[in-house]
Amino acid sequence: MKVLVNNKETELLNGNSIADLAQQLKLPQQGVAIALHNRMIPRAQWAEQILQPNDSLVIIKAACGG
Amino acid sequence: MDKLIIAGKEFDSRLFLGTGKFNSNQVMEDAILASGTEMVTVAMKRIELENKEDDMLRHITHPHIQLLPNTSGVRTAEEAVFAAQMAREAFGTNWLKLEIHPDPRYLLPDSTETLKATEELVKLGFVVLPYCQADPTLCKRLEEAGAATVMPLAAPIGTNKGLQTRDFLRIIIEQSNVPVVVDAGIGAPSHAAEAMEMGAAACLVNTAIAVAGNPVEMATAFKEAVIAGRRAYEAGLGVQSENLVASASSPLTAFLNK
Repeated sequence: MKVLVNNKETELLNGNSIADLAQQLKLPQQGVAIALHNRMIPRAQWAEQILQPNDSLVIIKAACGG
Repeated sequence: MDKLIIAGKEFDSRLFLGTGKFNSNQVMEDAILASGTEMVTVAMKRIELENKEDDMLRHITHPHIQLLPNTSGVRTAEEAVFAAQMAREAFGTNWLKLEIHPDPRYLLPDSTETLKATEELVKLGFVVLPYCQADPTLCKRLEEAGAATVMPLAAPIGTNKGLQTRDFLRIIIEQSNVPVVVDAGIGAPSHAAEAMEMGAAACLVNTAIAVAGNPVEMATAFKEAVIAGRRAYEAGLGVQSENLVASASSPLTAFLNK
């Protein structure tokens, strides 16, 4: 199935969770946050949050800024 | 020097640093360490799936440094609350530099949305440090809403134009029961020293250090200026004369008189 990660189509297996996506993308253990349909999902809930086709996710990380 | 206390946390340094515009992460880290700062801002951006290498976070993570995530890029209170929740999750801190500036030309903060967001974020348990207009009435409203500090601007972000809002900053400092952090527009150590002499609790500096010929040396200069300004404030500045008539500081060569 396809999901949107930061507006970019990303292929995932059916039934995959946010934790599976994080693993597939090799996200670091710290310094990132994920939102599903503009709602932040705490890391503790990543494994239980199963994704559906066309789900839209935002993944952010640290950037330089004042 | 008195310690700076924000939301019950003590700081020895009264200089906050922003992390934008440095030529490299290493120069940024060296400047942060040279400045003696204990509060450093960090922004957020969407990860690039092809390039996950840029790890600036490693360069600002030190045991003595409080990270201050900002909400740069949001245009409304609703977006700010979302950004704040993402920041708390990503960086493991409930401290937040709230900044809502929808106008890209002058980057001036939207007072209505800033106040609304402060009220909501305080209820959600955030320690909110709002970047705001140098508006004494607004600053009192932010304080009443539970802001941990107020951070009025000296001049538009990145302009290096110094304390353009000087008179309003004085009123804000006089009236405030929370620390007043002068943010944005400070372009030289002398600007920072002046703000501190006026009684500001701290200064937030970014561009002036990041774009300096030697950012690490400039960070040291700001450190010294902030300390000097604060010391002068605590020591109590002499009263300025209202005219230019001199007041002798030496006895007037009276020994020549016969």
